[in-house]
Amino acid sequence: MFELIAPIFQRLADETGWNFIIFYDRYEYDRFVTGISISLQLILWSILLSLVIGVLGAWVQTARSALLRGIVDGYIQLFRNTPPLIQLLFFYFGLGAFTPQVDMGGYYEPMISSFTWAVLSLGIFGGAFNVEIFRSGIEAVPKATAEAAESLCFSSWQTYAYVTLPLAFRISLPALTNNLVSLAKTTSLAYVISVPEMTYTLNQVWSDNINVPEMMVVLFLFYVVVVSLIAAGLHVLEKRLALPGYGR
Amino acid sequence: MKAPVKAFRIDVEAVSSFLPSRALRGWHGILLLALLLTSLAIATAHAQSGGGTGPQSPLATLIEWIPFILRGFLLNLGMSFLAMAIATVLGIGLGLLQLSRTRFLSVPAWLVTHLFRNSPWLVILFVVMLLVPFELQLPGGGTFVMSDWLKATFAFSLPVMANLSEIVRGAIVSIPKGQWESAESLAFTHGQTLRWIILPQCVKRAIPPWMNWYALLAMATPMASILGVREAVGNAQAAMEAAGARPELLVPFYLFLLLLFFAYIYPISIWTRMIERKYAVES
Repeated sequence: MFELIAPIFQRLADETGWNFIIFYDRYEYDRFVTGISISLQLILWSILLSLVIGVLGAWVQTARSALLRGIVDGYIQLFRNTPPLIQLLFFYFGLGAFTPQVDMGGYYEPMISSFTWAVLSLGIFGGAFNVEIFRSGIEAVPKATAEAAESLCFSSWQTYAYVTLPLAFRISLPALTNNLVSLAKTTSLAYVISVPEMTYTLNQVWSDNINVPEMMVVLFLFYVVVVSLIAAGLHVLEKRLALPGYGR
Repeated sequence: MKAPVKAFRIDVEAVSSFLPSRALRGWHGILLLALLLTSLAIATAHAQSGGGTGPQSPLATLIEWIPFILRGFLLNLGMSFLAMAIATVLGIGLGLLQLSRTRFLSVPAWLVTHLFRNSPWLVILFVVMLLVPFELQLPGGGTFVMSDWLKATFAFSLPVMANLSEIVRGAIVSIPKGQWESAESLAFTHGQTLRWIILPQCVKRAIPPWMNWYALLAMATPMASILGVREAVGNAQAAMEAAGARPELLVPFYLFLLLLFFAYIYPISIWTRMIERKYAVES
């Protein structure tokens, strides 16, 4: 791949001055590929964490205990109404200062890396929105289906997992798509705690090589492609899961 | 049964019933305050157990620097107001362009909208901060200095503009076709129909999402600190640095920032939800 494109971009740089160094310099190319992989991992894990939190949180919100519901409600309001940037800084610098350090033979490394903190923080942030999205989906499921499941001796968790959630998931998919796309874009904030994802990597590249406009174009394209892929994937899922008689 | 709402008339009683203070649940604030105080207590204990020769407790340090952080927060508010104003004007224009009947106008408008909707705020911030010139040469010969916070404000207005453009488009599309046809039968031109019949009806549908985007915008302004704008987060970091960069300061300072933004955004989001619910019942 690299050998294939390197001469083209080398010539482009020589002839027009458009310095896409990440495509013809081995070192910068490797940096770029690592950036892509870390960015995608960050997006994947924070989306997964946010989905788990969303499902569990929405289940707790159907609980009878007012205390549990209050705690989840407090969590949602706290994380929805504060800037994700400050949440990241708080998690990484504030809580990170208290986590134990591991002896790596001569130097110490925090047990929870900045990448893990970014996944935790962004997952918790996105999860707060997902809880609300799933909750409104669950509320939209007709009561009679849950009652029918109860009459068939399903336990409350079984009713939730096998009857309510599959229906609620379909209802909340459009809103979920929006939130997951927005979460994928928010992962660029991991820049502030120096997770070497795409924004951070390209920032280093343009600082080293003074080719800001070119790298900006690459950065834009990267996010447009990633976001389009996520949105397209979820649309396909929406079509696949469509039940006759539900939705449009 | 409610009295029917009169068009183009502001119902004072209805507006006053939106006031956010009524729905603010006190325990949310109490919970946060408790969290802040606990963390301060822990931090204080931490500082005292670690020798106790520290110049000041974290609480005293925080109190000393609160005015400085609040001054930064004022810049956050100013940036959010200005960016929202720019975004509203540009967003309405772009939304109308998207619906233009000439493809020459609607396609570029669609492209701009989707480019800015689908890229991260941070990336847009970098683009504007690094690619917009520091000084603008005015045609009269003078120079206009684009200060950092002004550029950041402009950068924040772009994604909001794109999203408002979609909201405006959606609101206009959601107006029944009969409205257009009856206006046409009354000899209204296209522009007149838009100005006097369609847009007034859109305002009501667009206000809750508009407020939602304001809240998101206000929450995005701390990003400007990454590029050296001295707003609340930047000032808090500078304050921690000035107070000796002690690790036990981190939790109380960042928690204070979270609390600050929460205290501002939470009432707005409650207010938004109330308006949303009220309009949902009526329609």
